[in-house]
Amino acid sequence: MSAVEARTADATRPLVEVEGLSRTFDVSRPWLNRLIEREPRKLLKAVQDVSLSIRPRETFALVGESGSGKSTVAKMVVGLLEPSAGRVSIDGIDMWRGSHAGDIAALRRRIQMIFQDPYASLNPRWRVGRIIADPIRAFDLARDSAEVEHRVGELLRLVGLDPADAQKYPHEFSGGQRQRICIARALSSKPQFLVCDEPTSALDVSVQAQILNLMRDLQDQLGLTYLFISHNLAVVRHMATRIGVMYLGRLVEVAPSQQLFRAPRHPYTRMLLDAVPDLKMTGRRRKAIEGEIPNPISPPPGCAFHPRCPLADSRCRTELPRLIAGDTGEAACHAVEQGRVGAGSVATR
Amino acid sequence: MPDPVLSVRKLRVEFPTRRGTLVAVDDVSFDIAAGEVLGVVGESGAGKSMTGAAVIGLLEPPGRIAGGEVRLAGQRIDNIGPEEMRKVRGRRVAMVFQDPLTSLNPLYRIGEQIIETIRTHATVSEAVARDKALRLLTDVGIQGAAERIDAYPHQFSGGMRQRVVLALALAAEPELIIADEPTTALDVSIQAQIIELFKRLCRERGAAVMLITHDMGVIAETADRVAVMYAGRIAEIGPVADVIRRPVHPYTVGLMGSIPDIASDAMRLTQIPGTMPRLTAIPQGCAFHPRCAHAFARCNVERPELAPRDRAAAACWLAPTTVTAEAR
Repeated sequence: MSAVEARTADATRPLVEVEGLSRTFDVSRPWLNRLIEREPRKLLKAVQDVSLSIRPRETFALVGESGSGKSTVAKMVVGLLEPSAGRVSIDGIDMWRGSHAGDIAALRRRIQMIFQDPYASLNPRWRVGRIIADPIRAFDLARDSAEVEHRVGELLRLVGLDPADAQKYPHEFSGGQRQRICIARALSSKPQFLVCDEPTSALDVSVQAQILNLMRDLQDQLGLTYLFISHNLAVVRHMATRIGVMYLGRLVEVAPSQQLFRAPRHPYTRMLLDAVPDLKMTGRRRKAIEGEIPNPISPPPGCAFHPRCPLADSRCRTELPRLIAGDTGEAACHAVEQGRVGAGSVATR
Repeated sequence: MPDPVLSVRKLRVEFPTRRGTLVAVDDVSFDIAAGEVLGVVGESGAGKSMTGAAVIGLLEPPGRIAGGEVRLAGQRIDNIGPEEMRKVRGRRVAMVFQDPLTSLNPLYRIGEQIIETIRTHATVSEAVARDKALRLLTDVGIQGAAERIDAYPHQFSGGMRQRVVLALALAAEPELIIADEPTTALDVSIQAQIIELFKRLCRERGAAVMLITHDMGVIAETADRVAVMYAGRIAEIGPVADVIRRPVHPYTVGLMGSIPDIASDAMRLTQIPGTMPRLTAIPQGCAFHPRCAHAFARCNVERPELAPRDRAAAACWLAPTTVTAEAR
């Protein structure tokens, strides 16, 4: 194999590095309307200055509510959406600028994506065998069609389906089985890095458990690295090694999974944890977060969370907090920096 | 003891199709008392929404009630005409759906919609109705209700819209509210606000609530009792704390184990093998037996009825002893 793959062997070196990633969408009305109604251009800053790194065999999770920009980050990392600013490099190769076209093409094979809706991401007119074989053929990974067929059978068995299922069409399967087909397709190019955007959100809980267990097993078996996007904190706790919490396009806290749940630092993270329904019925009252996510077109100045934050002071209203490293992770909060936040979480006590 | 607000007995819903009759809901019985919240939980295809639709006579044709009784405060409502049923709906029974936009007309101001609902069900003047609409909007936590009453649905966020829908549902002071996945489309932080509000309003007004959801967390926080549905039947029913802490039916045990828990470091989730059967192929005997680790010969042929135990009941041949011990 090439020198590119040899470098990955170094486990301490991050596989994925994201630096200062930003994406702006132009959501202005058409030019003529703007001219007549004298409206300025409207820009939506979906992602702003996100930096993170993912080590090999790690599961890095991004959590946040709708509109926090987590899916936009996923799309930029996987190469589906061009960043407005910043850098994504995977195994030392810059995805967007300054890399050899051949290197990027070789990189494509090693990154795959799993989407939320298994109904929308499978071609209904193709048999499952053809769907799964497509990446094998596209990347020229098999010598002949017998080898392709053999490989498809292997992949189907790997995700808990039957090799005979290759002859069926997607509509013949349930939601959970379809997500298994999506996983088989993603694995068919032998990737190292999978970006999973809400892979179980459309599934029932008992099926979700099957898929999450499968994803964990596959990670151990094949040494996969995951970027896992979810709005569900309990799912994230179960899957992630490290977690990044996003709010209005920015990372507000990054910490190892256990630390984040045991001792969340950013007030937003704490509120998110407190808002999770209490299944154990310990009598803890779920605390409702005050207010709603502000409009991302005109975010509040300073810390975007300050209108909902109980600890906000005048500095929070004017000065944007930066991610500052602490003992266990990073948090972007003036109150944390100044020690105005007590230790521990209400939620996990 | 007074009549329960809603009493459902041996309800059966059928869909005649070219390939034969599908049974979507079978032998479902439950009561809801005034001020009580009954959670109905289950995975897609379990028949929970279908049960709700049958209760309020909103089954999509060709679906029909093929057996059983639905009583609202003692009075049969499953066999009355469409016109009478229309009067029952809205006035005595209100509905809240997952997507607030399906309940709101985008072309009318929210105030107009609430006032119209009030005046349809009570003979009051426009001004009195408007006053009441304002009070309702304030009650459901819409700040500056006086200014926002004349806004259109699209001018509200998702959480605020669901508040408006709640106000609309409460406008006619219904005895029964059927809420089908009312918080599913909302973010977790907004979800908490709506649940809190929902609980408070129902308690204050003494309405009976049928809360249909797939989210056990929502049930745990909101409901007094819970019915777990599987393949069109009630698998287990009882007080929420009992069913969640000490599930008896193997399906409930599996369901509880498969929910990722925010307070646990478990590496693997308990999983139930297989999937819910399709309506065209509901297994003989206990519908859960092909997925059940405890199934034995009798389960394959004979269907278990709900066996009452204390205040709860489970439809399982093993209900009283074995499974409980292992569930702990």
